[in-house]
Amino acid sequence: MSELNTLTIAEARDKLRGGEISSVELTEACLKATDEASALNAVVHSTAEIARAQAEAADARIKAGDAPSLCGIPLGIKDLFCTKGVESQAASGILEGFKPEYESTVTTQLFEAGAVMTGKLNMDEFAMGSSNETSVYGDAVNPWRLGDTKLTPGGSSGGSASAVAADLCLGATGTDTGGSIRQPAAFAGITGIKPTYGRVSRWGIIAFASSLDQAGPMTKSVRDAAIMLEAMCGHDPKDSTSADLAVPDFEAMLTGDIKGKVIGIPKEYHMEGMPEDIENLWAEGRAMLQDAGAELRDITLPHTKYALPAYYVVAPAEASSNLARYDGVRYGHRAKLAQGDGITEMYEKTRAEGFGDEVKRRVMVGTYVLSAGFYDAYYNRARRVRALIKKDFEDVFNAGVDAILTPATPSAAFPLGTKFDDPVQMYLNDVFTVTVNLAGLPGIAVPAGLDSDGLPLGLQLIGKPWEEGELLNVAQALESRAGFVAKPEKWW
Amino acid sequence: MSIDNDTARRVAKLARIKVEEADLPALAGEFNAILGFVEQLNEVDVDGVEPMTSVTPMRLKRREDVVTDGDQQPQVLANAPDAREGFFAVPKVVE
Repeated sequence: MSELNTLTIAEARDKLRGGEISSVELTEACLKATDEASALNAVVHSTAEIARAQAEAADARIKAGDAPSLCGIPLGIKDLFCTKGVESQAASGILEGFKPEYESTVTTQLFEAGAVMTGKLNMDEFAMGSSNETSVYGDAVNPWRLGDTKLTPGGSSGGSASAVAADLCLGATGTDTGGSIRQPAAFAGITGIKPTYGRVSRWGIIAFASSLDQAGPMTKSVRDAAIMLEAMCGHDPKDSTSADLAVPDFEAMLTGDIKGKVIGIPKEYHMEGMPEDIENLWAEGRAMLQDAGAELRDITLPHTKYALPAYYVVAPAEASSNLARYDGVRYGHRAKLAQGDGITEMYEKTRAEGFGDEVKRRVMVGTYVLSAGFYDAYYNRARRVRALIKKDFEDVFNAGVDAILTPATPSAAFPLGTKFDDPVQMYLNDVFTVTVNLAGLPGIAVPAGLDSDGLPLGLQLIGKPWEEGELLNVAQALESRAGFVAKPEKWW
Repeated sequence: MSIDNDTARRVAKLARIKVEEADLPALAGEFNAILGFVEQLNEVDVDGVEPMTSVTPMRLKRREDVVTDGDQQPQVLANAPDAREGFFAVPKVVE
């Protein structure tokens, strides 16, 4: 039998329930793989002790016949989630040493479902980035390489993507504000779903842009995503934007039957200068869904090109408000003060030292677009454009489209240290994913092939609000036809 | 709209982030790149479009106006860089 840490969640669940393996064995395999993978810098705080205790408890539950789907399954948790008594820093220096006194709703639900936490995972600082290079912990590294060149695992959930692709855990939590689950999933050859805004509680997740942030699972298969998503979803009175809707059995909705489903192909997603490999992959994806019995339909989402500019007003504006809380008073870092420094100097020095460059840049851009005289010109205009972007999708769904197929990213994973001339170049990574956040829709990235360099590429499916079950079903139809089984060769 | 050093300095002050004088020109340049990128939004006809406040047309939940939490002073202060006698401590605020 191959190494236990290479199992999917569904496989491990069945073996655990059948008594073939124990959670303790499975957890030890993941902890060992993690120890050997320091070169990936995916796990930034090991929680081996907690994991071992949780694994023993899970084995006892399974023996007692109480084994929910995630019982005994080792998962990695993005550093953005507050975990009680465990460092939760959002990969920022300003939260150095912060150990929450409480547990986020998502991790609480995962633990109630029996999950085992093997460690906290690397990410871009405050989830602001597309390459995991803004982290205070240093870059996370993609297990996929280009010759000897180290590649980014994407961002912001880069540690999650790297950890799952390298089999350090069976699944991981991610969060997605503009593409931070789907882009890294595509770069690392794994599956990642961002559910409908409001599906998953944001309580205890360190906030970036509250009207866009949504957590979701990053896994090795669509079935695993269905299993893990179900455990993460549900109404939470502590998050006023959390939807009071029943959570369906997503796994049971994976029937494989998508006959007659209408799949929209948006013409605006044909980008100038897009690599041929990605155009080809998209064409192959269309053929696969057609082969599965779906009907393809050309559609138009006319405001697509304005999504990124709208995002780069709305997201920094919300970030500047959310990050105002880091003042050196209640938690985290406080700068050493000089003789005579008052409270303003304390704020200014603390924030200058604690935040990295990209976070400072976005906080200040947000401050500017919200400042007197510019609020209407920037912020309100962006919110109006956002309403139009959402309407584009509504029109298409109202016309009978069930899901939309697009590329997940405009390129494969790029080398770490790629210097972009200006910050906007990095922002273009999210060109296909950011529309989905602005409209609050569910979106999933599915690995669908390799490019000419042998690097994984993903396709994105976008679904109707609250229809994650149907979306996962279409995704599985795509997954089974793509037959993506490639794994990175172990070099770390 | 072009951001000069004075504007960059003012924004940094509003954001309570200390920026050295020597770093202001580079910062202003980055602002200009980002704001130049978002200028495209001016091409869109937004007449009669309401600014979006919430992605889901859902009324926010309400609850009884009662105390649901509290009596956790040690937990509240546990992560403070400087806590004394049950309070957060900061430099002198009032002369």
